[in-house]
Amino acid sequence: MIACLDVRDGKLAKSVKFVNTKDIGDPVAKAREYYDDGLDELVFYDITASSQKRKIMLGVVEEVAEQVFIPLSVGGGIRSVNDATDLRLAGAEKINVNSAAVRRPALISECANAIGSQNVVLSMDILKSTKDRTTPSGYRIIIDGGRTDEGLDALEWALMGEQLGAGELVVNSIDADGTLDGYELGLTRMLSDAVRIPVVASGGAGNPHHLFEVLTEGRADAALVASLVHYGTYKVSQLKHFLASNSVKVRMSW
Amino acid sequence: MLAIVDYDAGNLRSVQRACAEVGVTSTVTSIPNRIRDAERVIFPGVGAAGPAMRSIQHSGMDSALVDVFDSGRPLLGICMGLQICLDYSEEDDTPTLGIVSGKVLKFNLNDPRLKIPHMGWNNVRVVRDHPVMRSIEECSEFYFVHAYYPRPMQADHVVAVSAYEREFCSAVGFKNFVGTQFHPEKSGRAGLELLERFVEWDGHLA
Repeated sequence: MIACLDVRDGKLAKSVKFVNTKDIGDPVAKAREYYDDGLDELVFYDITASSQKRKIMLGVVEEVAEQVFIPLSVGGGIRSVNDATDLRLAGAEKINVNSAAVRRPALISECANAIGSQNVVLSMDILKSTKDRTTPSGYRIIIDGGRTDEGLDALEWALMGEQLGAGELVVNSIDADGTLDGYELGLTRMLSDAVRIPVVASGGAGNPHHLFEVLTEGRADAALVASLVHYGTYKVSQLKHFLASNSVKVRMSW
Repeated sequence: MLAIVDYDAGNLRSVQRACAEVGVTSTVTSIPNRIRDAERVIFPGVGAAGPAMRSIQHSGMDSALVDVFDSGRPLLGICMGLQICLDYSEEDDTPTLGIVSGKVLKFNLNDPRLKIPHMGWNNVRVVRDHPVMRSIEECSEFYFVHAYYPRPMQADHVVAVSAYEREFCSAVGFKNFVGTQFHPEKSGRAGLELLERFVEWDGHLA
């Protein structure tokens, strides 16, 4: 169980389909709350870092790392090995690359060489589209936080990312983001079946059953939640209890 | 003072922060005499055995660590820090410190669905009473990231085991040295409790 904190200008934010982003609180307090309630990993994205061409708020990462003693995965605006090592020093375990890797795929191998493949996460923002010659899988990659379409096929990019040394994929469905209608199972399963590295499903969780679905039918290795816990609809521990009672292997002592 | 060995392996501050969380100030240092003067030492680590070993040899940290061990003061190795305290690592064909006799071997798995490195939360089962491991409950899970695992020469140096296809040694204890293959600093409350035990430990096995 992974919680995703999207941070904009130092505040926790949440969007619907990547737009209408609202500030909903203090990321450090939320991180601590989820950690105390049994969260297994925390993902932390600076959602405006890339488009505004500025570096991620290292200070907020450090603050979270001082209070949260589980793996911390951080992304947003990472364009070089230096950006990655700065974040590692601030307390991040894993580094997520996204837009900059689409523009310059060698970034993935450079980061893998510097900090180890297992710590390099390829985060992909994916939009459903019609199947055609440029998009044979019917899903395409959108970068810059949902702003730029580079005409790249999602399946091809996932396979290339794995080849280049990414150790994990985060599959963010733009169509499902914030809808609470459930993860995009078809997309998640297609990518899980195609690669050998772990796949984390993201976008759309609205109830505990959605998590169960994506971890079984969707074949995801882990599920990311945001709205579901940010608004207090469910507690992290509640979701874990639900999964455990449905025979999904989750960490139950914390 | 608790000293944390700095050998350019990154991620040392998570160990320092976790120590702070259990109420202990520490110093991160690459100066061998600071390690020799410390009351207790944590030898953390990530990265590959070859470069890590070269780095501690270059700084003279190798003999400082052996001196700490010989003096009887508590020494905790984490992940690569543990692996380097055995005799030899298959990774980069590296002769290591030899504080505990044994080897570090690469996972050789039959199931193609199991990924290497072994990464994520996994159960740790204590098989031998040890003062630092007494906080570990029956079903405690800890966070792992590793492609190689320790195999102490003597079975009674194996303090805990975990399973990844097969059982492997996930914690080692020998005199005043204790080592974990998992990362207590990233393992939530269970990890912090283990660190708390270590910072209170006098280095004796009784």
